[in-house]
Amino acid sequence: MNKHLLSINDVSREDIVRILDTAESFREVGTRVIKKVPALRGRTVVNLFYENSTRTRISFELAAKRLSADVINFTTSGTSVAKGESLKDTALTLQAMGADAIVIRHSSSGSPYTLTKWVRGSVLNAGDGTHEHPTQALLDLYTIREKLGRFEELRVAIIGDVLHSRVARSLSFALVKMGAEVTLVGPPTLIPPDAQAWGVQVSYDIDGVLPKVGVCYMLRVQRERQRQQYFPSVREYAHLFGLTRERVGMLPEGSLIMHPGPMNRGVEIDSDVADLPQAVMEEQVTNGIAVRMSLLYLMLGGAGTEAVSGDE
Amino acid sequence: MSEKTLFRGARVLDPASGRDGVADVLVEGERIAVVGEEASGSATGAKVVECDELVMAPGLVDMHTHLREPGREDKETVETGCRAAAVGGFTAVAPMANTDPVADDPAVIEEVRSLAARAGLCDVFPVGAITKELGGEEMAALGEMAVIGVRMFSDDGRCVPTSRVLRNALQYSKAFDVVIAEHCEDATLAEGAQMHEGYHSYTLGLAGQPAEAEEIIVFRDLSLARLTGGRLHLQHLSAAGSVELVRQAKAAGLRVTAEITPHHFSFADEDLATYDTNFKVNPPLRTPEDREALRGALADGTIDAIATDHAPHAVEEKEAEFDQAPPGMIGLETALAAAITYLVEPGRITLARAIEAMSTVPARLIGAVDHGGPIEAERPANLVVFDPAAAWVVEAPFTSRSRNSAFLGTTLRGRVVHTMYRGELVVADGKAQR
Amino acid sequence: MGSAQLLDEGEIRRAVTRIAHEILERNHGAESVVLIGIAARGDDLARRLAGEIERIEGVKLPVGALDITFYRDDIGMRGEAPEVHETRIDFDINGKVVVLVDDVLFSGRTIRAAMDALVDFGRPAAIQLAVLVDRGHRELPIRADYVGKNAPTRKDEIVRVAVKEVDGEDSVVVEEPR
Repeated sequence: MNKHLLSINDVSREDIVRILDTAESFREVGTRVIKKVPALRGRTVVNLFYENSTRTRISFELAAKRLSADVINFTTSGTSVAKGESLKDTALTLQAMGADAIVIRHSSSGSPYTLTKWVRGSVLNAGDGTHEHPTQALLDLYTIREKLGRFEELRVAIIGDVLHSRVARSLSFALVKMGAEVTLVGPPTLIPPDAQAWGVQVSYDIDGVLPKVGVCYMLRVQRERQRQQYFPSVREYAHLFGLTRERVGMLPEGSLIMHPGPMNRGVEIDSDVADLPQAVMEEQVTNGIAVRMSLLYLMLGGAGTEAVSGDE
Repeated sequence: MSEKTLFRGARVLDPASGRDGVADVLVEGERIAVVGEEASGSATGAKVVECDELVMAPGLVDMHTHLREPGREDKETVETGCRAAAVGGFTAVAPMANTDPVADDPAVIEEVRSLAARAGLCDVFPVGAITKELGGEEMAALGEMAVIGVRMFSDDGRCVPTSRVLRNALQYSKAFDVVIAEHCEDATLAEGAQMHEGYHSYTLGLAGQPAEAEEIIVFRDLSLARLTGGRLHLQHLSAAGSVELVRQAKAAGLRVTAEITPHHFSFADEDLATYDTNFKVNPPLRTPEDREALRGALADGTIDAIATDHAPHAVEEKEAEFDQAPPGMIGLETALAAAITYLVEPGRITLARAIEAMSTVPARLIGAVDHGGPIEAERPANLVVFDPAAAWVVEAPFTSRSRNSAFLGTTLRGRVVHTMYRGELVVADGKAQR
Repeated sequence: MGSAQLLDEGEIRRAVTRIAHEILERNHGAESVVLIGIAARGDDLARRLAGEIERIEGVKLPVGALDITFYRDDIGMRGEAPEVHETRIDFDINGKVVVLVDDVLFSGRTIRAAMDALVDFGRPAAIQLAVLVDRGHRELPIRADYVGKNAPTRKDEIVRVAVKEVDGEDSVVVEEPR
């Protein structure tokens, strides 16, 4: 496994299988009374969150703690980060504290790459700008594999503001890598013109795509995009591209409805759709902890570049 | 008694006179005394500089550079910038007007000139702003600046926002026979952009600007140049479409000139994959196809000159997150080597064409009469001697005060050995002498 | 590269039968006894023992599998994070006699890790250890209660256990180091 996880392209297909398989064991740990194993005892994991995200941060925090690691939370409110300290100086401080892994979420695409220049530990990208969110893609893969069993020949539609979505990028790349067929759906202004180069298909017709898919993955559409004039109105967007009750009826039987959260109910997804049994958003969240434990274990559980031979 | 220097055995490459062959050159005082066989004869008491296997050319002239003084002396000063220029083989540079205060009237122009004279490392031809404070609305004191010798005007850093203002400037400039130089960028298309809009910007999650952001303004400016008959110079072109428009305009007889930067003919948008802010420039690095078009246009003369757009930035500014970092890279010290490595060696252009584009032509365009050759008796001794084959790894620190170079860590071929400015060796054996 | 067979299929079968009897004898029957095999091959051996006990005593003992990878004491010292197998203990171990089953007892570190893991599942009344082969060279104060075969080996030799369920055959072989 690579030292850092900055993009989903840092993990090979074999690595992904290994991550998902190991996550199974961590899922089992989550069912025990004592949901903790000593595997990363004595390691320090830092959550460096420049963007507010309670959900992802807690997921990483629980994952690290269940591995018996020490966790430090460095979030924007109330720390030197808010006072304008540069990313570099924050990184050097964390380095001095002996962070083994730094989980970073930041609004600037590429900041995890920049961070690797200043720290010795492993860097995990928990979402950088509109670039990538690799751990989300991995937990989504886990959820899909658990529910549907396979990726080959699986048709997945990723629907919404692809242009600004780091989740869409990571997930598209991951699914294509695992052999699935991906179709991006949305208004032309929100889908990158060169998207086919990612190995995916593009469609502006949601009704034509839905009857054929095994997974319907909805992306969050911010109301701000309307203010930026990517589409004329939220109502028109919901009407033409939203997952309404009627549209759910078009989905084949056994297909999944997924969403990375948080949802904009009434915009990209109708409120009662989100509560249907085939909507597996809650499982996505649960699986997130197991998958993140798997990642932390695989990335920190090895010796890195200095391997010392142990004995049986 | 004037100091004498004899350069022995160099290949003298001088597009202005057509000379390309080994010859000795004797310099006396501030001027070239003898070129050719008789040089060694008159060389009693001369310091001898052996130039075996080296090339001598007229001192390079950079028609697009940023010296940052007044205003941002932390990034560069006139003195440090001129020293960097000398190390890069330049004997004349044209610093842009986007200083603080802006060079939109004679006072700032004079200040920059006197700073340069005090440094005494190269000649400086300050460029005046087109509009007051680069605001894009009212014309700056073009005439008053022209009267004190300013030959080129540019709002570089910004693009003149309206056709009307640019038209007026082009029209008015005819009275003084000066050049209006434009940084072509449609502000609404380029708003918020970090790089070229294309496959890579989508994959890297960075906002991009399409080539059309430049091409639209190129078309606009060419149309206005045709309308007014003014002298237009297009700065740092980056797109194949822009080049094609210039080619057509020249074919139709329009008096327009254009420049490209070393980074635009060396790199492309794919090089941003590591989010290294040293590759963040404006206009952005575009596709390999665009780069190919720029190289071809330099070869066929559609592009007249190579200009560095040397843009120093503070280390901490470039170490920030990608979208926070200011665009620009330094280039004075690597320009010649980049041209040799990426253009001459692969056979896209001859070394003579490279010297023409980096000395002969820019000297003429900015009115630097003492520069650009020809290398003949009586001419001011502004010369560069370089080793076209020497390989070196680009490392920090630079002679420039800043270090934001995309060439860091790469191996280039072509190294300046001596730079002579007005008869004085300001750079000898690759090192600045003061 | 030399190798010598330590146990063949028949000897393994007899050892399992004998250990099954010993477990029943020692614990005065099968009451409150559970078997937990240490992944990977200890798991299969545990199931065989359960099968034998059922044959002898007519009682079906609970059998579980325990992967101890997360409890190892050498995490972060090997090149890659060690591979993980399945853990499956779907019964309560509180107050029970847990018989840990493994194929080879060597340094004792695996058993130390297994006991740490067990403690996270509950509080057994007692923990006993059954191994197919005890090859010596303990590094911790751990000993087995039930042993298939005591086989002194050199520390650098390799003991290879094959079980039908995983490897297609039953055998224990000692190999010279490479």
